[in-house]
Amino acid sequence: MTEHILLRHRDIPGLDQIDTYRQNGGFEAWRKVVSKMDPDDVTNEVKASGLRGRGGAGFPTGLKWSFIDWQNWPHYVVANADESEPGTFKDREIMESNPYQFLEGVAICAFAVKANDAYIYLRGEFWQIAHKLDQCITEMESGGYLGDKLYRTNTSLRLHTHLGAGAYICGEESALLESIEGKLGQPRLRPPFPPAVGLYGKPTIVNNVETLTNVPFIISRGADWYKSIGTEKSPGPKVFSLSGCVNRPGNYELPLGTTFRELIFDHGRGIPEGHKIKAIMPAGASSSMIIANDEALATPMDYESVPNVGAQLGSASVIVIDDSVSIPWLLNKTIHFFKHESCGKCTPCREGTYWMMHLTERISQGNATMNEVMLLQDVANQLKGKCLCALGEFSIEAVLTGIERFPADFKTVTAKSNS
Amino acid sequence: MNALLEKHADEIQVILAKYPVGKAGKRSAVMPLLYLAQHEYGYITKEAIREVAELCEITDTEVTSIIGFYSLYYDQPTGKYHVQVCTDLPCALRGAEEFLEKLCENLGIRVGETTPDGMVKVESVMCLAGCDKAPMFQVQSTEGLEYHENQTIESALDVVNKLRLG
Repeated sequence: MTEHILLRHRDIPGLDQIDTYRQNGGFEAWRKVVSKMDPDDVTNEVKASGLRGRGGAGFPTGLKWSFIDWQNWPHYVVANADESEPGTFKDREIMESNPYQFLEGVAICAFAVKANDAYIYLRGEFWQIAHKLDQCITEMESGGYLGDKLYRTNTSLRLHTHLGAGAYICGEESALLESIEGKLGQPRLRPPFPPAVGLYGKPTIVNNVETLTNVPFIISRGADWYKSIGTEKSPGPKVFSLSGCVNRPGNYELPLGTTFRELIFDHGRGIPEGHKIKAIMPAGASSSMIIANDEALATPMDYESVPNVGAQLGSASVIVIDDSVSIPWLLNKTIHFFKHESCGKCTPCREGTYWMMHLTERISQGNATMNEVMLLQDVANQLKGKCLCALGEFSIEAVLTGIERFPADFKTVTAKSNS
Repeated sequence: MNALLEKHADEIQVILAKYPVGKAGKRSAVMPLLYLAQHEYGYITKEAIREVAELCEITDTEVTSIIGFYSLYYDQPTGKYHVQVCTDLPCALRGAEEFLEKLCENLGIRVGETTPDGMVKVESVMCLAGCDKAPMFQVQSTEGLEYHENQTIESALDVVNKLRLG
């Protein structure tokens, strides 16, 4: 792609300054929706664009907005800026360098669902970014883009930042809402979903930072233009966070449907010398492990194609694993993370991640027998479909696919204790 | 008597105004108010718990449960600076574990320990969203958070030694 849509600051230096942003078409979409459009038209345009949620689930954004309950007031919009999945670092770059486009997206979403207040929930570690967004919000208020009677209409909007305090689980939308309400960040039983019962029990739209950053361009250039990027069912640009065993890790904005091979070998400049690619985790630590053969590398990275090679696209946090890495060691790493971050509310996740951590530790240290590998599989299967939220469900993806797809790695580590 | 309110009346008003009027909105202020208290007292003291609870109109126990749940709040005095190295999978694949070990070795401490002058605690933490710039760490103190990325042992020692000077 020649032009960046989401990482636009890479083409336009100083885009985090309000004047530069304005000089480059900033807030034109916002002015257009407030002064010329009906909220329904905005939602319909986003629906027509085919934009899908970039936080991981890939749910159609416009459809989500259309689920807002019009019988219950007030409405809220919440931007999920809790970015905490190991391997994901895209929202951070967007907020640091292209903050106004993101905030304009939040504003347009609020207009579409008639919310007068929107919250941006940032992980506590993004303290400096929250400070920066606060300054941007102040600039937008002075510029007349936020406040009351915007563009001489009855539209009012206020944006607020809210800092988390170090809990991965708050990236789960219902735990995030609990956290804003001043409670422990633990998931709610769903349904009801937030567009019906959300923040303070009121209808709420929760969208990821990257998702919202697409919106100003969809409004100003139209749904047809947007659909010309990417694939038919997964339209638009996507920021791929590339990390792990690769020569040039980083964020790459590419059309959905770009192949793994292009991302890893063209943009990421391949695997460090002397090593070969072994596995790919396309959705961070929550991901299944794909065997990195020719078929996998030729697979387009979109929501429909990645499942064909046994994983999900998720947030497109592509972790590359080379042949120097032992899969049991890797599983211990990911499970250690999930055990630490399990919120403790539901038993399968709380106890399951604990037992999986101890088992993966023994296996990775070569102190286990094949029976313990089977026990690990058994524990993982017992979590399946029984957890309150995706944290527990996703914690087993790498475990089950790692054991199934890389059996040789488990023979060597258990051989010592078997003999 | 609420010392936090007396000292930071304006800031507390700004925080409370972010949320809806009423009991639910007041409770939402608990996290930002805890940050304010931590900044003021260095850690969350028993007195701070009472003050925050009063402002949010919730019980001391409810405030205490929040402090226990979230990892960025401290309920006891701690090293002035926390150097927190991410050793999660993407960083570990780029040598973050060896980096942390070597950094501690150079400082004559073990992972999780504080330098003898009580200034800097070095520990491993979960993913900080800096995976492409590993090895990386954040420096956490009551003054805030700062990221240091693409680090070498030399550059990290430089940072730590500057922190130790205060």
